Amino acid sequence: MTLEILGITVLWTFLFGYILVGAIDFGAGFFNAYSLLTGKQRILTNIIQRYLSPVWEVTNVFLVFFFVGIIGFFPKTAFYYGTTLLVPVSIGIILLAIRGSYYAFETYGARGHKGYSFMYGLAGILLPASLSIVLTISEGGFVEMVDGKPVLDYWLLFTSPLTWAIVVLSIAATLYISAVFLTWYANKARDVEATNLLRKYALTWALPTIITAGGIIVELRNHNPEHYSNIQNFWPMFLISFLLFIGTVWLLWKRRNYGWAFILLGGQFIFAFFGYGASHYPYLLYPYLTIYDSFTNPAMAISLIVVFIMGLGLLIPSLYLLMRLFLFDKNYVRGKGDYHA
Amino acid sequence: MREGNSVGNEEAVFFSRVLTETTLSFHIIFATIGVGVPLMIMIAQWVGIRKNDEHYILLARRWARGFVITVAVGVVTGTAIGLQLSLLWPNFMELAGNVIALPLFMETFAFFFEAIFLGIYLYTWDRFENQKKHLLLLIPVALGASFSAVFITIVNAFMNAPQGFDLVDGELININPLIAMLNPAMPTKVAHVVVTAYMTAAFVLASIAAYRLLKGSNHEYHKKALFLTMKIGLIFSVAAAIIGDFSGKYLAEYQPEKLAAAEWHFETEGNAPLILYGVLDGEEVKYALEIPYALSILAHSIPSAEVIGLDQFPDDEIPPLYIHYLFDIMVTIGVWMTVLSAVFWIGTRRRWKMVSTKWFRWLIVLGGPLSIIAIEAGWWMAEVGRQPWILRGLMRTEDAATTSGHVDTMLILFCLLYIVLGIGVIVVLRRMFRNNPVDREIEDREMEKGGDVL
Repeated sequence: MTLEILGITVLWTFLFGYILVGAIDFGAGFFNAYSLLTGKQRILTNIIQRYLSPVWEVTNVFLVFFFVGIIGFFPKTAFYYGTTLLVPVSIGIILLAIRGSYYAFETYGARGHKGYSFMYGLAGILLPASLSIVLTISEGGFVEMVDGKPVLDYWLLFTSPLTWAIVVLSIAATLYISAVFLTWYANKARDVEATNLLRKYALTWALPTIITAGGIIVELRNHNPEHYSNIQNFWPMFLISFLLFIGTVWLLWKRRNYGWAFILLGGQFIFAFFGYGASHYPYLLYPYLTIYDSFTNPAMAISLIVVFIMGLGLLIPSLYLLMRLFLFDKNYVRGKGDYHA
Repeated sequence: MREGNSVGNEEAVFFSRVLTETTLSFHIIFATIGVGVPLMIMIAQWVGIRKNDEHYILLARRWARGFVITVAVGVVTGTAIGLQLSLLWPNFMELAGNVIALPLFMETFAFFFEAIFLGIYLYTWDRFENQKKHLLLLIPVALGASFSAVFITIVNAFMNAPQGFDLVDGELININPLIAMLNPAMPTKVAHVVVTAYMTAAFVLASIAAYRLLKGSNHEYHKKALFLTMKIGLIFSVAAAIIGDFSGKYLAEYQPEKLAAAEWHFETEGNAPLILYGVLDGEEVKYALEIPYALSILAHSIPSAEVIGLDQFPDDEIPPLYIHYLFDIMVTIGVWMTVLSAVFWIGTRRRWKMVSTKWFRWLIVLGGPLSIIAIEAGWWMAEVGRQPWILRGLMRTEDAATTSGHVDTMLILFCLLYIVLGIGVIVVLRRMFRNNPVDREIEDREMEKGGDVL
């Protein structure tokens, strides 16, 4: 394996981590706001807050890690993506800022404040859409080089069916992932009412997720034939992903093993995400930027990898501790004792 | 959607600078608190355990609660500036990414570490039988917070003193990430940033305690808080002054144009006087206070030493001269806070009546905001003093900016965001402590523990 592939694999893994924990986070915010609107807040809020409160800051770091890492390993991405993404990513930052701070305001400052809950619920659900634009642009066709500078064609971007397919997928998948996770968490907390409600949400969002995911592959046939044919080469990964999806839905339907349902869901997204990533190889921005012509110098690459390994040595035990205390601790999950500062 | 013409770029450069400055100025308020307060919480918790005094434990707990709100805003604005570096300065990041990505990357690890343990710390109150275990959780929080500051300041130091590579025909070769990190600006910058963050956090917390004392409550709790924070503030403000002196010597040696602009030192000469305050009229300094030899002493520790003046630099490489005012603001506040906290400390130990008078407490209340102003002024001076360079001697700011034509719109959006966040923080923090005053919380805790605590 070359350093380039190692670098992009590490980053892709962290992006996956962000998408998974971020989706749980954003979806939970939306369900919390939605439950306020429909008068079901009593059922959901406790479950959602108990999981989210100790981890919301960690979620954000996955994103920071990804974008700092990509500039480190592939500095040329700053030139191409930095210039073109000013507007979509700035909107993403603003949503992120509103979501993060209003979550904290509501949770620690003014518990049960409706305005704050709506703000972070709404901002959270728009976030995946604004950030997924980056994936759309990476498919090529929206950026043009003028006088050696990349320029983004907004009109083309906003009228492309591919854009909207990815936006819809990101929202559907967010709600689906979040609902499946929270079903498991609520079940662990022995909260029957919340489990049933969240299970209903999970089943509702399963179908839109899989339909739009399939639709994007069809969409790519017109938009980027090269990528489409690469995807064909990785068909077993997408097949496994689909089977895992069926498994999750079946378990949810049968009201069994919610823990396994979530693990299968993780597998579904791992296979789909890495299949998609592998078929995108070697392009970071089609057709201008590959992982080879943008890779950093060997000295930096090696020092980044060394730091990365040392960092993981620090992080993995800490993350394990965090999960043991808040995800796998029965008393905490069931809400016995108020340990809040 | 036309972008990329030269007029557009000039505008983009201007708005990119304004937007970066706005974001950073807003962010550093929360970043400074974020670096300093965990240490204060740790000290309070430790003192509480050692003296077996419930007041200090409660102090730590209440600070921690308010701290979360400021952390939230610090995190999100930090994410904003992290992304804006690439969005607004793509050419800079492309070049610098090759050399300085290492500390940026390390900063995310420090941040990760802090985030994990802050979550654990906040949600394990009363979960451990032994409070000392709970105290241990604060060590990674405080370390993570301080090391974030260390690594990110190393990046900034690199911009002031780029090294660790060779530039041959526009190509970067012989890159050494460690040499880039250990640049000459690093030691003084890192030390100054960390120490002033501790100092500012201490004075901000002192200002809150003094305010509570002024507004009716005469509780022992606030008096302990005030004495503890003023003492810590005094220690770190003395440290800040010493490091500030080293920074002056660094500038004289490596970045003389910044020192000369900050000091309005036009001609290269020995026995150079230090100019305090004053107004600039053309090249003439009016109404200034001149301290003979002081600049030579600041720069080289020798009264007769020669200090390089602005005459040694081409006109288009001289930073704006208004940084002198920023320098004055920073130093004046620094000295003032050192004196104020020293008087308070001595006065409290010797039981002077003066230190518990209303007017003296108002001065302490004022100290918190003043320290924040000093932080802002210091950063503006350091950053504007590097103009016209983004990488001193290598890349000019105007060559680093984006070519996008939408920066002005983004500037408006971000300004609105910061207003919303700023108001939100104030409203939430006020409500948080108004609705749960300390007297009531002490009573509640006594009830919980059966009244045998104090």
